[in-house]
Amino acid sequence: MTENGHFVTLAGVSKRFGNNEVLHTIDLSVDLHQVVCLIGASGSGKSTLLRCLNLLEPVDAGTIVIDGQTITNGPVDVNVLRRKIGIVFQAFNLFPHMTVLQNITLAPRKARGLTKAQADAEARELLDRIGLVDKANEFPDRLSGGQQQRVAIVRALAMEPKLMLLDEITSALDPQLVSEVLNLVRELAQTGMTMILATHEMSFAQEVADKVCFLDAGVICEEGPPQQIFTAPKEPRTREFLSRIIEAGRL
Amino acid sequence: MGRFLHAFFSPLGLRRAVPQVWDGFQTNIKLMVVAEVLVLALALLIAIVRGLPGRSTFPLRALAIAYTDFFRGTPLILVAYVTALGLPSLQLSFVSNQSLFVYGVLSLTLVYTAYVTEVYRAGIESVHPSQRMAARSLGLNYAQTLRYVILPQAIRRVVPPLLNDFIGLQKDTAIITVVGVTEALAQAGFYSNDFFSYAGYMVAAIFFVLLTIPFARFTDNLIKQRERRERAQLA
Repeated sequence: MTENGHFVTLAGVSKRFGNNEVLHTIDLSVDLHQVVCLIGASGSGKSTLLRCLNLLEPVDAGTIVIDGQTITNGPVDVNVLRRKIGIVFQAFNLFPHMTVLQNITLAPRKARGLTKAQADAEARELLDRIGLVDKANEFPDRLSGGQQQRVAIVRALAMEPKLMLLDEITSALDPQLVSEVLNLVRELAQTGMTMILATHEMSFAQEVADKVCFLDAGVICEEGPPQQIFTAPKEPRTREFLSRIIEAGRL
Repeated sequence: MGRFLHAFFSPLGLRRAVPQVWDGFQTNIKLMVVAEVLVLALALLIAIVRGLPGRSTFPLRALAIAYTDFFRGTPLILVAYVTALGLPSLQLSFVSNQSLFVYGVLSLTLVYTAYVTEVYRAGIESVHPSQRMAARSLGLNYAQTLRYVILPQAIRRVVPPLLNDFIGLQKDTAIITVVGVTEALAQAGFYSNDFFSYAGYMVAAIFFVLLTIPFARFTDNLIKQRERRERAQLA
């Protein structure tokens, strides 16, 4: 933890792709056990922000401090850093040539140095928790989207991360499969996992978040507790965004 | 017609030629097996080098590109002459006193490694970047990601084109005859000189075909299986 008590601190973080500034001097802090939801239109920079946090994308300016370690300058072992940050993607990105069990145990064995027996036991325990232990030896394409995404979450959890980043993890799912994934995220939140999630599921954000940030064109336009953001937004752009969401029936 | 059949397919000529040509064809099989094993390993190595990240690896990458460009563009027969006749003339201890068989393997390996490198590379590039991202985000390093996530998927995809290249290699072992390796084609030539009959060439042709047909069918089946599996995924 840093001296100011935050688990994650971003200060003045900017990121550009060519001439396109995707993130513009972002300041954000996340405390231990907090759940922070990033909302905003597609292209507002939510995904890029998450990717900068585990250095899948290098930042162009500003500093990011995670768990007391400044990751944006100086020598940083990205492999060590990423072991404590789990990320789950919209498209699951399971490894199609491996069984569910192999998907989950690969990183614990190779990056955490567990034996196969240890890794298998841990993986089965996790699969049991999400009710998919009978799918351990199936290949991912035999699973439904919701099951695949839950496996992807468990795969990230198997590294025992201190921080989870969830990047629109329900956006590629059929509506009837969304709830099984959100239930798992809700459980994670209840166990005290620190999480930052980019999401279009506004009701879920309202229910689970400690803090909601509205991103617009690479800037955190407004942030606050969910009740305030969703019921009394101060910024006109937040209001506009939310009214469009309500029109679309998603809140 | 009668003269044609007699020259190429006289039953006695064919039967007499079989042992002699078979004697040579065993050399073709040896050339093929040794070269294929070397090609599979070296091409994978060069394909990996070509894909290395970072500015510091540029000289290695450039070397790999120069190699594939050069040997893909050079006729095998030329490479065979240069290695089998040119290297011994240098009179260097290790390089110059190998057997013709070794020079034959060397030529085949040099040329086919260049082709197969490109096949591997296409396979590696066909794996979606999100797979690499997922592996790296789990804390696997570059080499682990390559070894456990990228290559297994890449190689699976390129098995049919790889087998195709090996059918080519199999046939091109006959080119090595020009530097004096007594393989099937050479024995067929000896035979035709001795008996004024082309039956030896026909026997050699039959041997080559018999070797490639199972290979070709195996490749076809693999492709079909793959298609079926992918269609099952879509359904």
